Amino acid sequence: MIRLENVHQVYPTRSGDRVVLNDISFDLDRGEKVGILGRNGAGKSTLIRLVSGAERPTAGKVTRNMSVSWPLAFGGAFQNSLTGLDNVRFISRIYNQRTEHNIDFVYDFTELGSYLREPVRNYSSGMRARLAFAISMIIEFDCYLIDEITAVGDAKFYEKCEEELFGKRKDRAMLIISHDLEYVRLHCQRFAVLHEGDLVFYPNFDEAHEAHLRNLHIGEG
Amino acid sequence: MAHSKLTTIGHSASVQWRVIHALLMREILTRYGRHNIGFLWLFVEPMLFTTGVTLLWTLARSVHGSNLPIVAFALTGYSAVLLWRNMPSRCIGAIEPNLSLMYHRNVRVIDIFLARLILEGGGATISFVTLSLFYISIGWLDPPEDILTIVMGWLLIAWFGASLAIFLGALSEKSELVEKIWHPLSYLTFPLSGAAFMVDALPAEAQRYVLYVPMVNGVELVREGYFGAHVHAHYDIPFLITCCSVLTLLALAQVTVANREITPE
Repeated sequence: MIRLENVHQVYPTRSGDRVVLNDISFDLDRGEKVGILGRNGAGKSTLIRLVSGAERPTAGKVTRNMSVSWPLAFGGAFQNSLTGLDNVRFISRIYNQRTEHNIDFVYDFTELGSYLREPVRNYSSGMRARLAFAISMIIEFDCYLIDEITAVGDAKFYEKCEEELFGKRKDRAMLIISHDLEYVRLHCQRFAVLHEGDLVFYPNFDEAHEAHLRNLHIGEG
Repeated sequence: MAHSKLTTIGHSASVQWRVIHALLMREILTRYGRHNIGFLWLFVEPMLFTTGVTLLWTLARSVHGSNLPIVAFALTGYSAVLLWRNMPSRCIGAIEPNLSLMYHRNVRVIDIFLARLILEGGGATISFVTLSLFYISIGWLDPPEDILTIVMGWLLIAWFGASLAIFLGALSEKSELVEKIWHPLSYLTFPLSGAAFMVDALPAEAQRYVLYVPMVNGVELVREGYFGAHVHAHYDIPFLITCCSVLTLLALAQVTVANREITPE
């Protein structure tokens, strides 16, 4: 289980401190899939970072009793001057995994062939996305953090990702952020809306959706 | 209880070593790539530096206030400078480009520093040893009198460089001023660092003050090990160790602050 207790996150800005998360508490149980909606800048990615442990909250507590992935399909951990294979080797070493086995999987899954021996900086954004997703799949986690994954690759690759993530790993917990509301509706059982620092859970998708739409159009009427 | 604690520490140590090893390999590939001589640059570059300085000083018949051969003088002095100066230079600003690694929870700020320090210290050491052996084999240099003293002096300089590096590296995450100030400062302290003079050649009054510069004590130790009775070295080992310990404490405290405050993209 992952438990957030009274988590506050404050960032200093030029115009004073900005409260991004205000006293947030919730539990994510094993196998549970939670979708979070919110407008741009609402703090969704901050929330993901805190859950992943890459960043510590200003106040409050995050407890993890299961292993948590890095935000999926996030290519930032690549070293651009290294080849795709170098990046696979690096991740394999960090997580104490069998490198050869992982390289085979990445060849197979990404279908990038000899490009894997080229520096990542020469990749197109679609190729990067393929590599990033494949690398995310070589380490098994109890909980996956999914930050806007729908931008990944072409239709065929999208299908492969769906199978890998929601087919083979349907027993895992997931925290999903996406502006693709249909994607969130399809894959999650619990829904929450993040707005002005507050995280509110709704009993079903439709109510969450409605609240989200209201937030999007605040100030227009 | 005590046993299980030991097992936990053992496990943590093996995780940390694994992470540092992975970072080392990544760093070597990133910095030196697979072109021409690849990672040999790790020590060929400092060797070129030291050789260049040795040549310059020989041609300029540098006055260093002792009857030591200039080659020996330049080798010991400049190698020591590379050791303590390159470590901070590589650690300042080291966190920023590696921030995204913080998503891998086993990777900590200190690991990034340690990997770079091992690389930098290793490069300077291999360069120093290789050049020594080379100069000895062609007869420009007599074999050292006391290797253990050299090792002690060298390790103390490395400790000083490493703790300074971690301290400044962690601090540079907070303020860009660290990087801006380090460049001129490292240049200005070069003439004071003992690389280009023997303390014994200075006036008595100056000797007292110059030994307050930590690196000077280390360089004098290395030279005593190298030249034995040919030189009269001045140093204060307890002072140097105290400096390093204090700096190490400050460094670790600053790393804790950095751990708390970093925000990956």
